[in-house]
Amino acid sequence: MIEVTDLETCFSTGFIRRRVVRAVDGVSFRIEEGETLGLVGESGCGKTTLGRSILRLVEPDRGRIVVDGTDVTALSRSELRCFRPRMQMIFQDAYTSLNPRMRVRESVAEPLKIHRMGSRTDIDRRVRELIEEVGLNEEHLNRRPYELSGGQNQRVVLARVLALKPRFLVADEPTSALDVSVQAQILNLIRDLGHDYRMTCLYISHDLGVTRAMSSRVAVMLEGRIVEIGRTADVLDRPSHPYTRRLVDASLTGPCASLERLPLPAAPTTVEVRSGHWVEETV
Amino acid sequence: MTGDALLEIRGLKVGFPTPEGLVRASDTVDLEIYPRETLGLIGETGSGKTVLGMAILRLLQPNTIIEGEIRYRGRDLLSLPEAEMQRVRGREIGIVLQNSGTSLNPVYTVGTQIAEAVILHQGLSGPDARQRAVELLDAVGIPDPVRMAGEYPHRFSGGMRERALIATALACRPNLLIADEPTKGLDAVTKRGIVDLFSEIDRDHSVLFITHDIETAGDLATRVAVMYAGEIVEIGGAEEVLGDPAHPYTRGLLASLPERGMQPIPGSAPSLITLPSGCRFSPRCGCAVENCSREHPGLVEVGSGHYARCMLYD
Repeated sequence: MIEVTDLETCFSTGFIRRRVVRAVDGVSFRIEEGETLGLVGESGCGKTTLGRSILRLVEPDRGRIVVDGTDVTALSRSELRCFRPRMQMIFQDAYTSLNPRMRVRESVAEPLKIHRMGSRTDIDRRVRELIEEVGLNEEHLNRRPYELSGGQNQRVVLARVLALKPRFLVADEPTSALDVSVQAQILNLIRDLGHDYRMTCLYISHDLGVTRAMSSRVAVMLEGRIVEIGRTADVLDRPSHPYTRRLVDASLTGPCASLERLPLPAAPTTVEVRSGHWVEETV
Repeated sequence: MTGDALLEIRGLKVGFPTPEGLVRASDTVDLEIYPRETLGLIGETGSGKTVLGMAILRLLQPNTIIEGEIRYRGRDLLSLPEAEMQRVRGREIGIVLQNSGTSLNPVYTVGTQIAEAVILHQGLSGPDARQRAVELLDAVGIPDPVRMAGEYPHRFSGGMRERALIATALACRPNLLIADEPTKGLDAVTKRGIVDLFSEIDRDHSVLFITHDIETAGDLATRVAVMYAGEIVEIGGAEEVLGDPAHPYTRGLLASLPERGMQPIPGSAPSLITLPSGCRFSPRCGCAVENCSREHPGLVEVGSGHYARCMLYD
């Protein structure tokens, strides 16, 4: 189970005129064990930063993250490294996630070696198992990333992640660069493996169709805040926040709500509109 | 079909010689684009759709082997001398290339780059061209166009860069606009903005809209052509092709959309060097019969102006 409370991550930019951007601005939510929470929002809304903050790939400035009963925010650097195998992330561009000089065999074995998971023969056997689980075969073991397609590289990335049997996975738009037919293959794979490995998942995407297919609950992010969260059907079919309505409109054909900026309250309050469906009040 | 097409492609073959063999990126493509229509060209990575767009403007590398005819208003573009071709590019046929980030020059302001096209092709003076650039940015929905014309590309977001490129392509009022994946990598709201822009621009030009995004093609196109392994496998009215697809590949594409059940097509696209015999889709096709791997099907009319390359209809 994942519990995030009042998380805040800031970036400061500018050398002379320093400006602070609050990329994640007081975010709280829970993901139950084995559940997938979808996170949607436009580019620049802070969804990737939120995902990275939860894994402490960027350091949050404030707030608490509890993964399976362990307070991740309180871990020291070395403790965090030991905890890492339990929480993993996959990224949009599989090609740049892989070391171009490593063959598939080495790439998949690398996390097992780093975390000392078994002898050489154990690792070798596990690599073969993993590569089949993600739908590749022995002939791919000696290939390098540039010899594989985008979908195949994303499968290698998945094999690397699964090697560590993580409890929690952050998937940051893993299929947005793929064609629809390949996307369907990878999404089905992530869904099935997530189920087999009983993983809890935060699935980041700007594609509402993908989100609907992948997650049981969904959170909508705007300017660093979660403005609406609830069961997928509730949020996407009966959106309560004007921003969610706009996102849903934009993904449909036909007339679309105006695309102007919404005014947001400085001190937001959230209300529960129906069981488990929370919405930030608007001005 | 009638002979009043603006652009007529006949038997177009494009091949890239490589050490491994000839890559047949486009194989005997026949296609017409009519005045004022939007033709959506859909297909997956490597199906040859970008190559088709580039071939029309002769933007492919010099060692490319090109056969066939591309007739634009009766003239064959493939046999035009380079100097004349130069006058077709931009002025008669505009193009918005993929990856807006790399299409703009980072060291010139966006206004300067749009003005450059206008000065070159329409012979406007510097200040007039500048004024026209501002008008164009305004027309494609860039807020505060006077100020933004003076900004460098890095100050533009992905959606705004795409708009700026569309403005550049429209600067010389071309008769045909080729747009190659203008919505790639944009989020849903920004993408929607670009799609709306294409449907709102008042125009008397035709658009060849190349995309892998089936829904976007459905929103914009009057006709849709589907490419697979270098061939057009289905073509017809957008409603017919996307609403009642005839070719098993088109059906597979639609079924793999998350909204429609997310059923992937088994297998993967063939290498363009060693193509399967017979129907190129047959190794992955659920409807394939014995004959499919032996005979190469031609386009068969399955409805009014709706053609599919499949044995099912023979």
